[in-house]
Amino acid sequence: MKQFADLFMNLDRTNKTNAKVDLLKNYFLTASDEDKLWALTLFTGRRPSFKVNRTQVKEWAAEEAGIPMWLFQESYHSVGDLGETISLLLPRTSIGGSDKSLSEWFHYLGMLPGMTDEQKRDHIIQAWMQLSQHEIFVFNKLLMGSFRIGVSQTLVVRALAEATETDTNVIAHRVMGQWDPLGTTFEQLILDKGENDNASRPYPFFLAYPIEGDVADLGEASDWFAEWKWDGIRSQIIYRNKELFIWTRGEELSTEKFPELHFLSDVLPDGTVLDGEIVTYANGRPMPFNVLQTRIGRKNLSKKVLEEAPVAFLAYDMLEANGVDIRGLTQEQRRAQLEALHANVPAQGYFNLSPLIDFQDWQTLRHLHPQSRENIAEGFMIKRKAGTYQVGRKKGDWWKWKTDPLSVDAVLIYAQKGSGRRAELFTDYTFAVWGDDGKLVPFAKAYSGLTDAEIGQVDYFIKRNVLEKFGPVRTVKPELVFEIGFEGINESTRHKSGIAVRFPRILRWRKDKKAEEADSLASLREILGNYK
Amino acid sequence: MPKQPLLQFTGKSIYCAVADVHIDPWIPVGRAIITHAHSDHARWGSRHYLAHKDSEPILRLRLGRDINLQTVRYGEKFMINGVKFSLHPAGHIIGSAQVRVEYQGEVWVASGDYKLEDDHFATPFEPVKCNVFITESTFGLPIYKWQPQQQVMSEIDDWWAQNRADDKASVLMGYSLGKMQRILKNIQLQDAVIYAHGAIYTVNERLREAGFGLPELTLVTRETDRKLFKGALVLAPPSADGTTWIRKFAPYSVGYCSGWMALRGAKNRRAVDQGFVLSDHVDWPDLNRAVKETGAEKVYVTHGYTSIYSRWLNENGIEAAEVNTMYGNEDENEEEETVQDAAAGQDAYQEHKQELGGEVNADKDGF
Repeated sequence: MKQFADLFMNLDRTNKTNAKVDLLKNYFLTASDEDKLWALTLFTGRRPSFKVNRTQVKEWAAEEAGIPMWLFQESYHSVGDLGETISLLLPRTSIGGSDKSLSEWFHYLGMLPGMTDEQKRDHIIQAWMQLSQHEIFVFNKLLMGSFRIGVSQTLVVRALAEATETDTNVIAHRVMGQWDPLGTTFEQLILDKGENDNASRPYPFFLAYPIEGDVADLGEASDWFAEWKWDGIRSQIIYRNKELFIWTRGEELSTEKFPELHFLSDVLPDGTVLDGEIVTYANGRPMPFNVLQTRIGRKNLSKKVLEEAPVAFLAYDMLEANGVDIRGLTQEQRRAQLEALHANVPAQGYFNLSPLIDFQDWQTLRHLHPQSRENIAEGFMIKRKAGTYQVGRKKGDWWKWKTDPLSVDAVLIYAQKGSGRRAELFTDYTFAVWGDDGKLVPFAKAYSGLTDAEIGQVDYFIKRNVLEKFGPVRTVKPELVFEIGFEGINESTRHKSGIAVRFPRILRWRKDKKAEEADSLASLREILGNYK
Repeated sequence: MPKQPLLQFTGKSIYCAVADVHIDPWIPVGRAIITHAHSDHARWGSRHYLAHKDSEPILRLRLGRDINLQTVRYGEKFMINGVKFSLHPAGHIIGSAQVRVEYQGEVWVASGDYKLEDDHFATPFEPVKCNVFITESTFGLPIYKWQPQQQVMSEIDDWWAQNRADDKASVLMGYSLGKMQRILKNIQLQDAVIYAHGAIYTVNERLREAGFGLPELTLVTRETDRKLFKGALVLAPPSADGTTWIRKFAPYSVGYCSGWMALRGAKNRRAVDQGFVLSDHVDWPDLNRAVKETGAEKVYVTHGYTSIYSRWLNENGIEAAEVNTMYGNEDENEEEETVQDAAAGQDAYQEHKQELGGEVNADKDGF
């Protein structure tokens, strides 16, 4: 456990990518195979649930620390992380820490699901008593999750590839899909020659970089494809061994969520993998993202939902043909194969090609770009005809050219402390615009977009201008004005403002503006009118 | 008419109306008692100051050489308008004091900032029995539990040793007044040349001139040969972080000394290589111990987790109330000061010496 706890603390402490990769690589070179598998389980978000109730764990910790629950909660608000709060509050009983390994602790936790509440309590407190402060923190992470320490799957894959001297593409593929640390070994998962790769396994998605500067910097227009950038769910459709799998970019197997696409198992040739976007679609065109949102996250897809928000798959790439990985072919070759496949598939209503935009020069694209929103797109995707399909976010062959965000100037009215890195700072803000009655109406929450220095200044202002407290929320003197950008806007009955914006974020601090000069609800409605 | 409390919270000071004396005022007043020389407690412009004698060198450095300042020893009693005052060690920084105020059999103590552990430089804290205790609560949450000082100091020793082995400079950050003297008194100095930023150098020189036993520091100037920083210890104020000044030490490791380093969030936000949990304020257990030892029946909780700590005391049978004050912004004030020092650059010390001729209205019959 000490080794893993050290790894965790060191990863947490640095924000340098190379340092993180080195730490992980060193761990993969020195830890036991069993521990490595568990570490991988954690870093790829596959931590099993141990059926513990967070509220109960809080109560047990408060009791052990000898403090009332309200004081526990206040401490939690200050720290921002439950596992860390508990580690700081518990009496320091073990200085040296525990000799048990990471995997031994997982097996220890594995006993929890069958236990009574009383037994669970004793089991967990027993563990706390054996661990040092840092280890308690890491143990709590194993117990209750939320493993955010800035280690992306890409980083883990890179480190693992370096440690095992294997190609990153191979490793990326092996750690994807469905696997369970109890049903496999590190050897089988990572080191075997891929014979056990199961049929559902998707390829790592190739992700685009935002275009910097002018599109003409990309060179000759004739070397590139352009498509609309659809506002839907990035998905991979796999048909292997007569079985259909639909993966979404969050690496979630979502086959059941899209019954409209199940017919593909009757029409696709075996050994096909397609990349594209799932969008809500009616009358031959996509619908705005908020329609899709009405069905994401629903367990039961009612008839009504299926009627009101039908989906379609807009395919733009082909990664596997007849069981052969064709990611090494050029974009142009893969597109040709995709088009050939599509031409042979009947019942095309739910399976469409994402059309290529006809353009001879960049000027044509520049003219078309402002029409993105009318086409229910977020801009363009620009893809190099000669490019291969790569792993993760790589610069060079795929670019996204997004529309400028919509924006209004709004007043900061509520603030809440952040968590993790920003636990002691007010970083979560609610913004308002002027309503018809001359009062400020909240319309968006935003967390990001300011520099650390600006966050410090805003925090300083907030701490001195609190009007009221509601739990962790502070009402702040309405004085600071920010330009708030967002990607989409829709009517909403759930919001007081009657408007819901998508992906709101702070574009800049308008220090030049007074609160009275902020925008009004009328200006938001005007944007809504233009956008529809 | 209800009896007026002996000490009142005006929002700009802690005020004794009977004596017409302000404790740590934020506005210029006639008579000010200063608990300690940190800039959130010692403010410019009052006509008469009174403080512990060990505060004098820094008060004159920061408020002006010619301030009208009277000094006393710990425990020395003095009367003002029939009110009996005395100062008692607070253990926070050199010269820091709790102010004991007695009138008609009632005793109040205003603690200023304090800690219980002996830091081997400031006179150690002494509990003072009182009816009403005014306490800080900077770290008034049970998540704050300090390790013994010696352990933190060994961590600093080890970190410096590791950097020496790696040929890196060790840039150690902390408040120039208090934290740095504590560190110099407790780490293994290795007979090495210790380098310092102007802000820290100035405070150190002033204290040395006044006869306090501190090692000599070497001011980092533009002319200092960069090769000398290899493996060296460099003391810097927090505001030096991210400035061009710090780049000259490359390759270097940054260590940051503060109680806030107890939290991951704070540590990561600072993006330092090493956080040392070292504070000159009481942690949770010591705060509770200190309050208990005063025997006070009423406690006023100032700067920090005021509402939380007063609720805790009330639930534990000690009547308590929270008070809003202007104290507790050491961070910001330290930043302001040292930004100025940084601007003054290598000549910080010389300039300080010249600057201190400012005019202050001196009135002989102050205290």
